[in-house]
Amino acid sequence: MDKKQSDHEVNLKGTLVSVFFVGIVIVAMWVAVYLMYVAR
Amino acid sequence: MIAQPERKIALWHLGVAYTAFLIGTLMGVLQVFIRNDALQLPAWLDYYQILTAHGVLLALIYTTFFIFAFFITGMSKSLGSFGPKVRLFSWIGLWVTLLGTVMATVMIVAGEASVLYTFYAPLKANGFYYVGLALVIVGTWISSFALVGHYMVWRRNNKGQLSPLFAFMTVTTIVLWIIACLGVVATVLFQYIPWAFGWTDTINVELSRSLFWYFGHPLVYFWLLPAYIAWYTIVPKLLGVKVFSDSLARLAFVLFILFSIPVGFHHQLTEPGISNFWKFLQVVLTFMVIVPSLMTAFSMFATFEISGRKKGGTGLFGWFKKLPWRDVRFTSIFIAMAFFIPGGAGGIINASFQLNEVVHNTLWIVGHFHITVGTPVAMTFMGLTFWLIPYLTGRRFTKRMQRLGFVQIITWSIGMLLMSTAQHVLGLMGAPRRTAYSGYNDHPSAMEWFDGIISNHVTMAIGGTILFLSAMILMYIVIMTMFVSPKAETPEQMVEFPLAESDMSNTPKWLENWWIWIGIAAALIIIAYAIPLTHMIQHAPPGSKGFITW
Amino acid sequence: MHFHKYEKIWLSFGIVSLIVFLSVVGVSAFSQNHTPSGGMDTIDPEKVNETAPFDNPGVTQLDEDTYQVAIVALAFGYNAPDLRVPAGKEIIFKVTSTDVVHSFTIDNTKVNMMVVPGRITTKSYTFEEPGKYLILCNEYCGTGHHMMSTEIEVY
Repeated sequence: MDKKQSDHEVNLKGTLVSVFFVGIVIVAMWVAVYLMYVAR
Repeated sequence: MIAQPERKIALWHLGVAYTAFLIGTLMGVLQVFIRNDALQLPAWLDYYQILTAHGVLLALIYTTFFIFAFFITGMSKSLGSFGPKVRLFSWIGLWVTLLGTVMATVMIVAGEASVLYTFYAPLKANGFYYVGLALVIVGTWISSFALVGHYMVWRRNNKGQLSPLFAFMTVTTIVLWIIACLGVVATVLFQYIPWAFGWTDTINVELSRSLFWYFGHPLVYFWLLPAYIAWYTIVPKLLGVKVFSDSLARLAFVLFILFSIPVGFHHQLTEPGISNFWKFLQVVLTFMVIVPSLMTAFSMFATFEISGRKKGGTGLFGWFKKLPWRDVRFTSIFIAMAFFIPGGAGGIINASFQLNEVVHNTLWIVGHFHITVGTPVAMTFMGLTFWLIPYLTGRRFTKRMQRLGFVQIITWSIGMLLMSTAQHVLGLMGAPRRTAYSGYNDHPSAMEWFDGIISNHVTMAIGGTILFLSAMILMYIVIMTMFVSPKAETPEQMVEFPLAESDMSNTPKWLENWWIWIGIAAALIIIAYAIPLTHMIQHAPPGSKGFITW
Repeated sequence: MHFHKYEKIWLSFGIVSLIVFLSVVGVSAFSQNHTPSGGMDTIDPEKVNETAPFDNPGVTQLDEDTYQVAIVALAFGYNAPDLRVPAGKEIIFKVTSTDVVHSFTIDNTKVNMMVVPGRITTKSYTFEEPGKYLILCNEYCGTGHHMMSTEIEVY
């Protein structure tokens, strides 16, 4: 399945940064509600 | 253009979908004003009747009819014209689903079924409400089998080939839907209907709730996957590129078959009758179903970046400016995706076992709903509507309609942002969901909830009003493109079905071996449900009589 | 099937985050007793008022540091006289319903319990701050759902 053609991979730096933005939203929201839970 | 008979079937589905949308959104705007204490309903109409109608008509009926319109059009487009049997059963499916819808709606309007769309026993609606809902399911099954039949004919004629991505994803969604419905069919057929018509005296409440949620969570994936189909197969075409990865797209979809069903207990985390072990096991399985959505997020950004770079975008984010922002078909779906970021993150919180105690049955959940099904799913459907109806009617999607489309999606976004943010904040403060206007005897805590800058009745009412205006603009676009807009005469005026190319050369064949996926899904369902459900039946308390408390 | 290098990084990050979330809630729940409300006890929904502890609803002191509060939920209120409990002591709430599904939710606490007829829901909670807490029903139960509330005083 892994052909040589996919080895020279396309430049997806912007994608990496963008998905990590999504990741940060997920982690931040989760931590915020977790702290609220602990405080109650 | 697809064959005339399929166009007619799809347009009928869209007609029903948007009739439900019109009534459903009207019920929505009435609610925000009642909650605001700005509106008194006449004596024959009750807040909870309106709430039931809003939920049933938008979450169940609008979505279902739209989804089948999209599937019928896309399957005819990607696999070829339907045979006479497929057409016949698509029509039968439509009429049975419609009959069920009308039956359930009449019961709601008559005040015989103010039990909301979750219809938790032992609230007892008129038996015909449950019969109506059962017919809705049966109707969708008939339509589903028609589409699967069409797919099987294609497979027989194209031995050894992978099916087109659209068809693969449609069949995945249908497989998921059929398996999911088994739970609700079991409880409605064997528990609710005999009990509602008085053939049995009591009902096993906890069992009915668990069977409902066995269905209830994959139900949300039945709404979401058609939106994902558009994201994977339509969006790249609008951007002028191919599908980012055919094999990963298919892998994400089969993961949904596996992990979207054995997870219903995460809706029941704070209730008795299910031990902590089984609750937590299903929490773990729920977290597995997040993975295909993470894969989807990557695929989407990658599609954007590849397209933007092809058009000359440079640097880290240069590609972003090159996206076709003036194309309402794209911008609508982009906004839909953006809303799903906090929507999905909120879903992870809801499913996080004891954290659920902070948000369970608060307005947070209502807010969550509106930034998952209410915008990511609904606005994707809106973005599809803009071209789907003119494509089917052969009319033009005029410049004026495109501008109106922008007004519509922008107002929807603003309205939803205001309303759902208010709901999320109010929910975290403790304000309950599904309530008419109440200050809880002016209790200081309740007063405090509605005293914030964002968390107040006014923000919610303004948001709700803007949403309703947006819905009416959409209705105008729907009616114009369906009946009034000028017919397309030249090829440039023709509206296309933007279906992207997908390179299947690296896609392994086993991804389309349905029996593997159905088999693993069945095993996971048995692991997650067999023991706790058996316990619920064998160690059941005396059942409950029915109550009509409205 | 080919994963781009960055997709591997992203999915690893995502999956590790999910594992961390699960570990945090799992450890806290099972080793520090922070499980959500629940319980496997059953009851005849038509004989609630004759069955202990609901034949004598309200606050009972079990020992020096533990109190039990038995509550009957019904459309549209709670049968729970004199709800006064001390701060800093463990309070075990036991709730059931004589009719439809309700909730027993104490504002600004972790007490957010679904109440199902035929079942007894249990939750243990220790109040830190004295005051009057609003109790409400957040599961739709009929016309008077939004009126269903009461109050607990923590001293």
